[in-house]
Amino acid sequence: MQSYSRRWFLGAGATTLVSAAGLTACGSGSGSGGSSGTITAFTYGDDAVKVQVKAVDRFNASAAAKKAGGKVKLEKVPGSDYPAKLRTAMGSPNAPDVFFNWGGGSIKAYKEANQLVDLTDTIASDPVLKNGFLPSVLAAGALSGKNYGIPMRGMQPVILFYNKSVFAEHNLQPPTTWDQLLDINGKLQKAGITPFALGGADIWPELMWLEYLVDRIGGPGVFDKIKNGDSSGWGDPAVLRAAETVKQLIDGGAFGKGFSSVSYVNGGAPAVFAKGRAAMHLMGSWEYSTQLGKFPDFAKKNLGWCAFPKYEGGSGDIRNVVGNPTNYWSVNARTSNKDAAIAFLRDCASEAYAKDLIANGDIPTTSNAAKLLDASPNPEFAKFQYQMVQQAPAFTLSWDQAVDPSVSTPMLTEINKLFVGKSTPSQFVSALKGLK
Amino acid sequence: MPGVLFFAFFAVVPMVLAFYLSFTKWNGLGDPQPVGLANWQKLIHDDRLTQSLTTTVLLTVVSWAFQTVVSLLLGVWAAGRQRNRAVLSAIFFVPFLLSSTAISLLFYALLDPNFGIIRKDTLGSTSGAFLAIVFVGGWQFIPFHTLIYQGGARQIPDVLHQAAAIDGAGRYRQFFSITLPQLRNTATTSSVLMIVGSLTYFETVLILTQGGPGTDTAILPYLMYEAGFKSYDFGYASAIASFLVVAATALSLILVKLTGFGAMRSTREGM
Repeated sequence: MQSYSRRWFLGAGATTLVSAAGLTACGSGSGSGGSSGTITAFTYGDDAVKVQVKAVDRFNASAAAKKAGGKVKLEKVPGSDYPAKLRTAMGSPNAPDVFFNWGGGSIKAYKEANQLVDLTDTIASDPVLKNGFLPSVLAAGALSGKNYGIPMRGMQPVILFYNKSVFAEHNLQPPTTWDQLLDINGKLQKAGITPFALGGADIWPELMWLEYLVDRIGGPGVFDKIKNGDSSGWGDPAVLRAAETVKQLIDGGAFGKGFSSVSYVNGGAPAVFAKGRAAMHLMGSWEYSTQLGKFPDFAKKNLGWCAFPKYEGGSGDIRNVVGNPTNYWSVNARTSNKDAAIAFLRDCASEAYAKDLIANGDIPTTSNAAKLLDASPNPEFAKFQYQMVQQAPAFTLSWDQAVDPSVSTPMLTEINKLFVGKSTPSQFVSALKGLK
Repeated sequence: MPGVLFFAFFAVVPMVLAFYLSFTKWNGLGDPQPVGLANWQKLIHDDRLTQSLTTTVLLTVVSWAFQTVVSLLLGVWAAGRQRNRAVLSAIFFVPFLLSSTAISLLFYALLDPNFGIIRKDTLGSTSGAFLAIVFVGGWQFIPFHTLIYQGGARQIPDVLHQAAAIDGAGRYRQFFSITLPQLRNTATTSSVLMIVGSLTYFETVLILTQGGPGTDTAILPYLMYEAGFKSYDFGYASAIASFLVVAATALSLILVKLTGFGAMRSTREGM
């Protein structure tokens, strides 16, 4: 949230001008490079960015960089601004050559505008890339069978984290069924502890609850239908049931008071959780690296984790996972130095890169990752997560990344309205059915 | 002449472009596709437009009342001549020098329900979020308007107050019968700035509430931002922007007309 300055807006205005000027000139892209061959890489600027910083340093010093005649300049874009900043930049002459994304729906518009380099043949002809990654993860970032991305971060399944010392103190076990979860919820509230931390101000942490509940109640098929553009899928009884379940949790105080003014991005929700004011936190696996960065003692000693519990009578498998398979680097078709870009991407398949990810608490999506997991700061967590993803019958991509931004924005607004009590579960369902 | 050129390039050209974009479908990549009146039809039928118009008007009125009362009192007070007043006035002016973004981030931290100063769900409740925006906006802009009122108050000839004092008028009587009427034009200037300014109120909403809870503080500029930079529907965002330009222009014309600001009658009439 740091960078909405006037300068940001001037930048956006300038982009509009430039792009519009491009209209008359038939949008002849001018490319972003100079003669130096330096290429720019945009990445999401959070605690995990140090892995990319190291990769860039390593690449810039390497023989591969010399051969390609280019160096990489990394631009760290603060958290929630990322998608907007990228979109603005990609329409301007200052477009990045290589950029971080979530694969799938998040790059569809760029692909349709012919702004992405098709990496399918590059990967097929390059053993380093071809054999470097878990095929399912490579495939998850693809669009209609073509690869536009190289996996560049850890796996990001959403996990139910809990505070071991709070659980021990109140004699609790991590829940495996929804009834157990409700039981724990009641006991913690009696003890005056908020059961679940929730960064409601960002809305996407609220989304995670619905993603898992819909999966557990109705199975992964419900969202699959929606993702494929059939908005009647929102009318599935599982969506209504999930919304009602969420409402019961909220009304019963499971997230405490004030959750809608707590943010994840600025560290609010992780702090509430680490300091024991909330006992559990449903969050992506990056919660581990976030805690390791902000509250290392807590991350090492008291952070526990488990799968999202089973819902009685629901048809979803407890092994199903929601979240992001990983993030990807994609290459801008207008890049001034494609060789350097591709040479840089190869570094992501290297063991050095995988080791950096592991050292940061992330689980690489490289095919040789399993043997490296013992070196993780927390091998137990690393193995849990690796197996969780490997054994999952279904991996549902985060809803807001899976659908087009024109659907995900109003969808998030409706989710927020449900969580703050501005709409009822049935109003929520009918509003979503209206989204096109 | 350079002024005209600058205005043309930085204000008129973007406005015309936005108006053009409002008749297209454009996601920020590639070329905009003409779609005729589709965006405008959508705008007319959008429930959120009505809601955000109401919110915008309410925010404008409440902010105006809050800022005018406080800055009028502070300004008249600061127009005095004592030394400590100059120092205090300088301190009062500091918030205006900070960027809206910095101020909003500061208050966002202060309002954190777990670690802030006010440990309530302020931003999560409709009235809390609304009042927070009014307060933060006031905190930033009251210094500026105080300065305007201070200047206005210093322009009032002392003889008026002296004459009134001889006639036996007390401090309150002097304030209501002399200071206030004399500040009429100042109040108009300040109010026009406040009202037109509040139409473009944006950073505070973006950082403090993101239009929430739900859509309760989604004022027009935020709606435009959301359509443009979250949904990447720049055509629709441009339609909202064009609407905003028309509304703001109309509003300021009405204000000028109603308040007689345009005629600029002197407050010294009959002196």
